Amino acid sequence: MDIHEYQAKDILAKYGVRIAEGGLAYSPEESVQRAREIDGSVWVVKAQIHSGARGKAGGIKVCRSHDEVRDAAEELLGKNLVTRQTGPAGKSCTRVYVEAGVQIVKEMYLCFLIDRSFERVVMVGSAAGGMEIEELTRTNPSAVKKIYIEPAVGLQDFQAREMAFALGVAATQLSHAIKIIRGCYRAMRDLDATMVEINPLIVTATGELIALDAKMSFDDNALFRRHEIAELRDKTQGDPREVAAGDHGLSYIGLKGDIGCMINGAGLAMATMDMIKLAGGEPANFLDVGGGASAERTEKAFRLVLADKGVKAILVNIFAGINRCDWIAEGVVHAVRNIDLKVPLVVRLSGTNVEEGRRIISESGLPIITAGTLAEAANKVVQARNQVAIEEVEGV
Amino acid sequence: MAILINESTRIVIQGFTGKIGTFHANDMISYGSNIVGGVTPGKGGQEHLGLPVFNTVKEAVQETGADATIVFVPPAFAADSIMEAADAGIKYCVAITDGIPTQDMMTVKSFLRRYPTENRMMLTGPNCAGTISPGRALLGIMPARIYTRGNVGIVARSGTLGYEAADQMKMRGIGISTSVGIGGDPIIGSSHKDILEKFEEDEETKAVVMIGEIGGPQEVEAGVFAKENMSKPVVAYIAGLTAPEGRRMGHAGAIISSAGESAAEKVAMLRDLGVTICPTPSAIGGTVAKILSGM
Repeated sequence: MDIHEYQAKDILAKYGVRIAEGGLAYSPEESVQRAREIDGSVWVVKAQIHSGARGKAGGIKVCRSHDEVRDAAEELLGKNLVTRQTGPAGKSCTRVYVEAGVQIVKEMYLCFLIDRSFERVVMVGSAAGGMEIEELTRTNPSAVKKIYIEPAVGLQDFQAREMAFALGVAATQLSHAIKIIRGCYRAMRDLDATMVEINPLIVTATGELIALDAKMSFDDNALFRRHEIAELRDKTQGDPREVAAGDHGLSYIGLKGDIGCMINGAGLAMATMDMIKLAGGEPANFLDVGGGASAERTEKAFRLVLADKGVKAILVNIFAGINRCDWIAEGVVHAVRNIDLKVPLVVRLSGTNVEEGRRIISESGLPIITAGTLAEAANKVVQARNQVAIEEVEGV
Repeated sequence: MAILINESTRIVIQGFTGKIGTFHANDMISYGSNIVGGVTPGKGGQEHLGLPVFNTVKEAVQETGADATIVFVPPAFAADSIMEAADAGIKYCVAITDGIPTQDMMTVKSFLRRYPTENRMMLTGPNCAGTISPGRALLGIMPARIYTRGNVGIVARSGTLGYEAADQMKMRGIGISTSVGIGGDPIIGSSHKDILEKFEEDEETKAVVMIGEIGGPQEVEAGVFAKENMSKPVVAYIAGLTAPEGRRMGHAGAIISSAGESAAEKVAMLRDLGVTICPTPSAIGGTVAKILSGM
C-alpha cells in the first residue's frame, strides 16, 4: 500500500527526520491559510498523488505570494495529473501540501527497501540526488552505494556512517545524517514498510539536512497489525474497480482489453491471460478469486467483472484444489440468473469435484459455453468475443 | 526415490485441529501419507482424527519421531510456527499459509541460517500448494488424483498452474516423481534452484518442469544452475507475458520492478541457458512429451 508525501513526512518526522514546515489543504482558501502560518516569502504547493515524477507533470508549483499559492492550489485541486509513473489514466489530486520554500545547496538520495534475493533490507544512497535512482543506477552505477542490513541485529552505526560519508555530508552534519538514516530504518521495521525513500534529501543554505520529498510503501500482508497505517489508505488513488475488489477480499487489476476473466490462483490467472492474448484476444482484467471461494464470493467476483461495461465476453477458468468446482459452478449459475447476463460466458472447470461442477452447469439450462482444456477455453472465449464484435458492427 | 517426501516420511500437522488443518489432514491421511500427529498449543493430550495432539513441535518429535511438518497456522502466527519446527529438529517443512508479512519471513530466513547447512530445516512456501510424491505421500493441498507416479519432477511457484501442468501430463500418460510448490511470496523458503538441485540428485527423476512467473531473478538463477550443474533436461514456462509493469499480480512476488524480471526477458535468458521453453501454458504436456521421447 502506498501513502501520500505528507503522510510519509508526518511519520518520518516522528522518527527524527527533519522536514520543512508545511500543512495540508483541501481548498485554495485553506492553502492560503497554510501559507500564512508558515514564515518566509516562498512557498511550494505540491499535488498529493500516489506517484513520483510530479514536478515534470506540473504537480509542484513554487509560489512567491499568497495569491500565487491560491492560484496554484486552484489549478491543482480536482485536476487529473498524468506523470511518467501513473500511466495514461493519471491520478486525481484531491489535496495539496503547502510547504516553506527552502534554499537547496546540495541534493542527495536515500532509500531503504526489501531486497528479495538477499532477503534483507538494503539501504541505497547517492550523493547525486534529485534524479530517479533507476536512471542513476543505469548511467552511473558507481555513484550508488548499497548497504545490506542483517535482520537479526539491525542497522549498525558503522553502516549508517558509511552511508553518510557516501552521501558526502560535511563533518558537522554527520551526527544529524546518522540520526536520519537510523530513523528511516526504524520506521521501516516498526511499521512493516517495504520502502522508505527520501529523494531528495537536501542540505539547506543554513546547513540543515531536510527531507524535501518522501515516499513510503507498506506490506499489505502486515496491515492487520498496523491499523494506524491501514487508516492512511486513500481510495481515490486506486482504480475504483480494484478498490471494490479489495473490499471483497479479491485480487483484481483492470486492464485494457474486453475479455473479462475470473480465475483461481495468480499463476493460472497470468497464464490464462497469456493464452487469451495468444488466441488473439485482450484480457479486460486480472481477477484471482483465491482459494476457498464460496458460491457467494464467486457471485461477487462475477459482478465485479461485469461492472466493466467494456467487457464483451467472459472466461471463468478454475482449477480447484482448495476450491471446489461445485461451489464455483453454483456461484456462476446463481450470478448468471440474477444478473441477466448479456455477454457470452465460457466456463472451464477442472480439479476437485469437477464432475459435480460440470453437472450443475449443464443442468442449469443456461447458455454457458463449456471447455475442457485451457487452450479450448481461450479459443472459445476469443471466438465468442469476435462474434459479439461482428454483431455490434452489423447492428444485429 | 522421489525428493523431499516418501511413504516413510513421518509427518506432523501444525494447526491440526483448525478447520483448514482438519480438512486437509483428512485428505492427506486418506491418500496414505504417514501422518503421526498434530500440534495445537493448549490442546496437548487430546486426540483428533484418531491421532495424538501435542502442545509443542518438540514434544511431537520426541513422541512420534516426526521429521516433516505442514503448517496451516494463520498468517499472524505462522512465522513463529515455522521457527518452532526448525528448533524441534524437523527436517522438512511445508508452509501453506498465505499472507505472512514479508518482514516475518525475513526473520524466519535469518533464523534458519543460524543452523549449519547439514542440520538446517528445508522450507518450501509459504503461500504454496505443498509437495506430493505420487503414490507415496501428499504433504499439501493439491487435488491428488491429477498426479500419477512417474519420472518427471515439477517445481512451480503457482499452485493452480502447477495443477494445470500435472493435468496436461497425466492426459499424455506422463507420471510425476515429485511435484513441489515453492510459493508466490517475495521471500520464500526454497527457490527454483534449490529444488532443481534435489531433482538432479534423484535417480528416479529424468526431466524437470519449472513453472515460473514475472518478478524476481530466481528463474534465471535456476537456469544458470541447470546449465552448469544438471545432466537432466529442464522445461520451463514463465507466466505473465501480458502483465503490466509495476503491478502486483495476485502473488506479492509477481511484480515487475526492474529489468530482467518480465516474462519475455526471462524466457529469452532461459533459452540462452539451454532450457526448453513452453511457448504457451497449454503446451506444457506436449513439450515434456517431446523431450521424453527424444531421450
